[in-house]
Amino acid sequence: MLYNEPSPLEVKVLTRRFGLPNSASIDTYLATGGYQAFRKALGMKPEEIIDEVKTSNLRGRGGAGFPAGIKWSFVPRTSPKPKYIVVNADESEPGTCKDRLLMENDPHQLIEGMLIAGLAVDAHAGYIYVRGEYRYLIDILDKAIAEAYRHGYLGRNLLGSSFHFDAYTHTGAGAYECGEESALLESLEGKRGVPRIRPPFPAVVGAFQCPTVLNNVETYSAVPAIIRDGGAAFAALGTPKNGGTRLFCLSGHVNKPGVYELPMGFNLLRMIEEVGGGVPGGKKLKAVIPGGSSCPVLTAGECDLAMDFDSVAKAGSMLGSGGVVVMDEDTCMVRMALRIMRFYAHESCGWCIPCREGTTWLRKMLARLHGGGGTASDVSLIGELARNMLGRTFCPLGDAAAMPTIALVEKFRDEFEEHAEGRCRYSHA
Amino acid sequence: MTFSPELEAKFDKLLASYPPGRQRSALIPMLMFAQDEVGAVTPEVVEEVARRTGVEALQVEEVVTYYSMLRRKPLGKHHVQICTNVSCMLRGGAELWEHACRKLGIGNKEVTADGQVSLEEVECIGACSWAPAIQVNYDFYHDMTVEKLDRLLDDLRKIH
Repeated sequence: MLYNEPSPLEVKVLTRRFGLPNSASIDTYLATGGYQAFRKALGMKPEEIIDEVKTSNLRGRGGAGFPAGIKWSFVPRTSPKPKYIVVNADESEPGTCKDRLLMENDPHQLIEGMLIAGLAVDAHAGYIYVRGEYRYLIDILDKAIAEAYRHGYLGRNLLGSSFHFDAYTHTGAGAYECGEESALLESLEGKRGVPRIRPPFPAVVGAFQCPTVLNNVETYSAVPAIIRDGGAAFAALGTPKNGGTRLFCLSGHVNKPGVYELPMGFNLLRMIEEVGGGVPGGKKLKAVIPGGSSCPVLTAGECDLAMDFDSVAKAGSMLGSGGVVVMDEDTCMVRMALRIMRFYAHESCGWCIPCREGTTWLRKMLARLHGGGGTASDVSLIGELARNMLGRTFCPLGDAAAMPTIALVEKFRDEFEEHAEGRCRYSHA
Repeated sequence: MTFSPELEAKFDKLLASYPPGRQRSALIPMLMFAQDEVGAVTPEVVEEVARRTGVEALQVEEVVTYYSMLRRKPLGKHHVQICTNVSCMLRGGAELWEHACRKLGIGNKEVTADGQVSLEEVECIGACSWAPAIQVNYDFYHDMTVEKLDRLLDDLRKIH
């Protein structure tokens, strides 16, 4: 089982079973309070479940931070159409590796979250869309699903009620774009992962053209704790409007990289120093990407910051998917910008021209600049071009490529200008 | 074309996993599992999966060209995928990539002459906190170093 040495500063709610023997097995799950929240939810009215999730201030852990309870309330429960639960396990945002751990170490927690969501919106089937590279998780999840059927937590007349629910795994085949909810639904239907025009949103027209709740693995995994302990208790763990804990994936230049469950609003500098053990080699902190590669970079001076959705937004970036990428003082920011743009150019589905052409053009310019062949006008053009992509695409991939680029050029302009003169102060160009 | 009984069972399960009339949903998983067995999405695989999911072969082709893990031609027996995205880059992922190319004398998506090993520079594989990381087929190798990669590549060339 993959997990890192826990930190004493962690508040373990979603990760509380990590490290237990056979933590993924239903025996361990049941012995540690598993499926008790589902039992409790069976005795609740659907509106009560949704209210509890609203009270918890649980916000979407995939990156957008939309309140989960409100999302669920958009599903037209009385619609004659079937409703579906879809789990976004297409974890692909560079810097993010938490959903993998939740599925590997505690798959039943996810299944229980799906069941409770199913009760809330009258859905009777759920699909876990797992990125293709995570094949081993399909095996783990299929095993957990089979166990849940055997123990009567999936199937018909669950725990003697009239409720039935089936769960399935579904593998992707390599496409970052499919992490976007409407592209994921296209992919789930056997098509290219090109985003849909919204509205209508998935809550009304989702999987198979039916009302659908679509949340991230971590979002569903929080639901059993919310129902078990109450929404207020979960909310109290975090900051106002930002309930609960968050799995932060510390990576890059830290002494103890790892996935740590910390309360929402945990200070970023403290996270790097006290949880991550600081920057290796006694080097100074230069910058941090706070929530996956699409989030604008923060300079070291901006890192004295509460890590919740609203505080990070106020600081001009995003809490995103929880991928905290730490950079030391010897990191070349032009190299970072180039690597980030290579990724987005590779992943652009090509449907929207500003994204398809913009990412490729930016990649070429950044490569030229990084290679010492750029000009001073390139530096301004990079920023201008990126700003022209903002808000001009159907899905957020165009913005995801533009935002970090704009921030890197604005905050580290001197480095870009030096490259335009053929110099890199870190000289690994 | 014929598949192994295990794969047939997987296909049956997949085709029963989606709502009635939605068999096309099984398309991508079927292509992935078929590729694992056959080694590539060959024209025969395209025809067969199209037939079973009730779509045109052209619609399958559309899907194959979109997804980065689906491939037309077989790669090496051991497909070594090295992540060079940001978290891995900061901890030496690019150096691993260059070392592997040099050592094997092949480039991106190329195969060694004996068909044993192929290389691919991949985007984030979700192992950021255990970087730099690589995948060999579906197996993860975390906290890699040039030395560890060196030994791994030597071993893979011998595992037939």
